Amino acid sequence: MPKIAIQASGLVKWFGEGEAKTMALREVSLEAQFGEMVYVVGPSGSGKTTLLSVLTGILKPNAGKVLLEGTDIWGLNSDQLADFRLAKIGFVFQDFHLFPRLTTAENAAIPLILKRKPWDGAIQEAEKYLDVVGLKNRAELPPVKLSGGEQQRVAIARAMASQPDILIMDEPTASLDGDTGVSILSFVQKNVLNKDRCIVVVTHDDRIYKFATRILNMEDGRLKMSEKSTS
Amino acid sequence: MTGILKLAYKLLVNDKAKFSALLIGITFAVFLMMFVTSMFSGVMKHASANIINIGAPLWVMDPAVETVSNSVGMPAYVLDAVRSMRGVKYAVPLYSGGALVKLRDGNYQTVTVIGLDDTSLYGRPELIAGKIQDIYAENGFIVVKDAEFSKLENPHIGSEFELNDNRGVIVGIAEVATSGLYGLPTLYTTYERAIQYIPNPRFTISYVLVEPKSTNDIPRIKQQVERLGYRARTKEEFMQNTENFFLYKTGGGTNLLIMMLISFIVGLSLSGQTFYTFILENLERFGALKAIGEKSRDLVLMILFQATFTAFTGFGLGIGMCVLSVLLAKARLPSYAAMITFGNLGISFGMVVVIAAVSSYVAVRRVLKIEPFDIFRG
Repeated sequence: MPKIAIQASGLVKWFGEGEAKTMALREVSLEAQFGEMVYVVGPSGSGKTTLLSVLTGILKPNAGKVLLEGTDIWGLNSDQLADFRLAKIGFVFQDFHLFPRLTTAENAAIPLILKRKPWDGAIQEAEKYLDVVGLKNRAELPPVKLSGGEQQRVAIARAMASQPDILIMDEPTASLDGDTGVSILSFVQKNVLNKDRCIVVVTHDDRIYKFATRILNMEDGRLKMSEKSTS
Repeated sequence: MTGILKLAYKLLVNDKAKFSALLIGITFAVFLMMFVTSMFSGVMKHASANIINIGAPLWVMDPAVETVSNSVGMPAYVLDAVRSMRGVKYAVPLYSGGALVKLRDGNYQTVTVIGLDDTSLYGRPELIAGKIQDIYAENGFIVVKDAEFSKLENPHIGSEFELNDNRGVIVGIAEVATSGLYGLPTLYTTYERAIQYIPNPRFTISYVLVEPKSTNDIPRIKQQVERLGYRARTKEEFMQNTENFFLYKTGGGTNLLIMMLISFIVGLSLSGQTFYTFILENLERFGALKAIGEKSRDLVLMILFQATFTAFTGFGLGIGMCVLSVLLAKARLPSYAAMITFGNLGISFGMVVVIAAVSSYVAVRRVLKIEPFDIFRG
């Protein structure tokens, strides 16, 4: 029986007070299992990013519970939460957020450095992940010398370096051209997803829907429907 | 170096343009601060040259005296009265004044003449040529070999000159710890010869130099001198008085303060602004680090390390530049009045610490405010 990676129930989140109050999440509940690549899709302002933030311990919900691998993350204090994220969650950001003054290998090694691994060891280990994403020969280059697709792969290598159980990808194709976006997600599906890892992708790029195990549709702060991918 | 600090280091130094701007700001501020304060220290040391060179522990003078070079003559009874005071081991007169020397080429040169007590020669300089007893020879003078020595045509033993139409002969060449402030050569002779050769007002004793029996006697001697209508100052007090005069009565203090303020503002504005821009540029990435799992205190540590590293590097460069400038200036102008003291270093270090603290405080506030959620929101 597949293990549950993410279990969220009754998530409520609002911003502002009084007349300015905006509901971002309305009683959202979801489950994601290891081995799944779950897409959260929906129009802008539907609450996808808020949901992602709440699920990863970045934004505290006003109500509801999030269990990641059985741990109630909102019961942890801020230091424990940071440690939990570092140990269990990998992030691929929409704009990559790579440090332009560091080399590709140094960027990929950041989670390992944050985990207090010795510098040289961290770089060597990061180079292995760069090899996985096909960029070992670019290890000494700064990210600005790489194409958008390559930068995205560095961001994936960085996320993989901490060997996370849960990988979060926020609009992974937004900064890429169509073909590159498709090839990146294809790569993730083949090389990053495995039975011990759950991947959550927030996107509204329908060209990459085919790589999803399951697609959750968000609208107006609610998960409107859940459907299986056609692929 | 731990990985996080190395990461902070690389983020800082790899941004060469900003790191250079940061260093230039701190270095220039330190250079300015060091330069102006070392100049002041140098001037103070030279202004107190006679106090340092003569070395008497207690100086009796007219209450109106503010610096050692502006003495007011005292009557002879002051010397007798001081000698009879309790606690005084011995007391001797000292003459200090200026005179014109006519050189062999016919030119005139102003000199400082120190007249030492004829009996004891108390306060005499260390000779590097000649014998001290020759000072008693007819028209004998000892010349100080300092930066101003050449102004007397590089005299040697036996060189002759005219001093107020009196013949003078160099009988010894001496060295002293510090040369004077005003760029004048110094001649030592006996007290009696000094007052004989140099036209003087009615009272001729510039200072009475006192050797107390013990340091405990100094307060009592000072009280007794005070009752006499004069003032006794220890060597340190006299030097401090000289410094206070330049600080508060010549505009030197105001200028010093203005320069210190300017260097601080230059350093703070240039480095603070650049450091803040550096942090702003990396703000989203710091937010990403927070999202990945870096704790706020680690980010603070990184920023403090960056600020401290920049500050100390700039501090070292600023000191190096100042030392180099002073050395170059002294090579060209031997009497160049600049002296780097631990006090100067302390003041500059304090300024650098404040600049680093203010810069990092502003940066830390900004970084602590960034929420990882903002990174997702884009």
